[in-house]
Amino acid sequence: MAYLELNNVYKTYGTDENATEVLSNINLSIEEGEFVAIVGFTGSGKTTLVNLINGLLEPTKGEVLFKGKPVEGTSHERGVIFQNYSLLPWLTVEQNVLMAVKEAFPKREKAVYKRKAAYYIDMVGLTPAINKLPKELSGGMRQRVAVARALSMKPDMIIMDEPLGALDALTRGTLQDQILNIWGKDKRTALLITNDVDEGIYMADRIIPLRPGPNATLGPEFKIDIERPRDKTAMNDNPNYKKTRNAIIEYLMDIGEERKSQVSEAFLLPDLAPKDFVNQFR
Amino acid sequence: MKQSVTLGKVTKFMGLGFLSTFKDLFTGKLEKEDYKAFLRKVIVPVASVLLFLGLWHLGAKALYNVEAEFRIEKALNEQGQAAADDMAACIASGDTSCQPNTLPSPSQVWTSFQSLLNDHALISADKAAFKEKTAALNEKRVAEGKDPIVYTGRPSFVDQIFRSLKTVFAGFFLALLIAVPLGIFIGLSPTLKSAFNWFIQIFKPVSPVVWYLLVFMIVKTLLIDSSEDSSFSISFIAVGLCSMWATLVNTSMGVSSVDKDYINVAKVLKLGNFQKVFKIILPSSLPLIFTGLKITLSVAWMVLIAIELLAQSPGLGLFVWEEFQNGANDSNAKIIVAMFVIGIIGFLLDRLMLSIQNWVSFEKTDAI
Repeated sequence: MAYLELNNVYKTYGTDENATEVLSNINLSIEEGEFVAIVGFTGSGKTTLVNLINGLLEPTKGEVLFKGKPVEGTSHERGVIFQNYSLLPWLTVEQNVLMAVKEAFPKREKAVYKRKAAYYIDMVGLTPAINKLPKELSGGMRQRVAVARALSMKPDMIIMDEPLGALDALTRGTLQDQILNIWGKDKRTALLITNDVDEGIYMADRIIPLRPGPNATLGPEFKIDIERPRDKTAMNDNPNYKKTRNAIIEYLMDIGEERKSQVSEAFLLPDLAPKDFVNQFR
Repeated sequence: MKQSVTLGKVTKFMGLGFLSTFKDLFTGKLEKEDYKAFLRKVIVPVASVLLFLGLWHLGAKALYNVEAEFRIEKALNEQGQAAADDMAACIASGDTSCQPNTLPSPSQVWTSFQSLLNDHALISADKAAFKEKTAALNEKRVAEGKDPIVYTGRPSFVDQIFRSLKTVFAGFFLALLIAVPLGIFIGLSPTLKSAFNWFIQIFKPVSPVVWYLLVFMIVKTLLIDSSEDSSFSISFIAVGLCSMWATLVNTSMGVSSVDKDYINVAKVLKLGNFQKVFKIILPSSLPLIFTGLKITLSVAWMVLIAIELLAQSPGLGLFVWEEFQNGANDSNAKIIVAMFVIGIIGFLLDRLMLSIQNWVSFEKTDAI
């Protein structure tokens, strides 16, 4: 039995005539200790899928099973790292993490909480900024706080919703390595939602494309047969990497084309040129 | 890491940033590029105050002349040339018995301000003397189980200011105690919101005068057996009820419009309802709650004058009304003094709230 299972999941927003089916017929199974990446276009329903898995949303049809039991509401067993960090701006880094620790491990001594929070903050390398407010941190640092907060609850599974989407390429790389390191330490199950194919190939065991919505559904999976630990530069010469990358991109391009051809109405652009203000005053 | 507290930081925190420019002026720290800022922040306000005083002076003079000419004309028409000459001489001599009674000039207001302060010094001395005189007697009366004798002389202008502040703060805290919890409940529950909405919409625009009358009807009956003066309780309750609406509306809006991300965090962390309210919803709506409280305090101060006047509760409002009824030679000047005092205290109260707001909430607000 798979660790996380989605069986024929449909999600519809609105009712009756206004109903939009965002996700249809989603089938997914993730084994324990696996790192799975779901790659998709923006607006294809990725966040909806994440919220179904972490329990913030309920499927309209079908079932989401976690460890064989249906998901009902959120749980400390599934840690979530949100796309926009979602740190509480009035709390310091430490207080943000402490809040999660206190909820996950009730009725401990204050010193225990402090030690736990300090451990996870240290893990993401933010000990010097422990007493800072989120607005005093850079985007990458904020996301690291979010990572520390999610990990501090010791979840069995980490769900990441485009966690590095808003970061620059360099910070991205460092954070990818940090997340992989942490994941490698105790091999928790991980689900990464991303729009970056390279990120998926670098981090995951399997990549599953999400076909664009409405009626988004999962495409065929791509196994990444590259040994860990992976090296970014060496990977570029790996024939396996090239093959998989090309296959995934080709697949995504194809569905992109498909989507374009589905647009029935063509909009004629007016034949206008911008007014030339520069030469006017010469 | 300790942050040093400097004058600049404190004044900026309180929304009084222009004070630090003054400090730079006197400590010679002004840089060349600061002169433009100096011109804008110091010279322009000072110039506008001077211009205001000048226009006021000229306007007061013109009104004075109109009034004086009218009096002379009237004397001429009713009593003949001799009486008119007498009147003109009397006005020119500055005799208080025949001065035209109109808008006082800035200098008259300043004189009245000083006389009010002198008056306060006199009354304070009188009070101290009274206390000293009755100290022994009061001790004896208390020992015998009787009430001590208290000073019952008239209050000075400064006493009235403090009395008004007491009323306004009592009203403000009443508004806070009613509006903040109620606002939180209304914001949390759509059912309560629809139950209270009509109530808020209808009572919000009601005039302070009507609130006073309503409170008067109720409190008068409640305190029917009490021999105590109910004017204070009536006025502060009316002030509170008038001014609480801004806080009520803002609190409920802040609570019901908490960022969805924060609510998701609460769900993912599985916070209980109590925790959710106190750790997520309240902190994130604090900026809006404080905006409401700021409006409430300024509204409370504004309606206070009207309500004190109606309730005959001692304070600045009653002071203004009594001076108006009094009609003495310097009454008008005293009313203008009260006007400025009311304005300045209102401004300081606003800054006080701004400081508290910056102190407690995570979003820093600059002064307007």
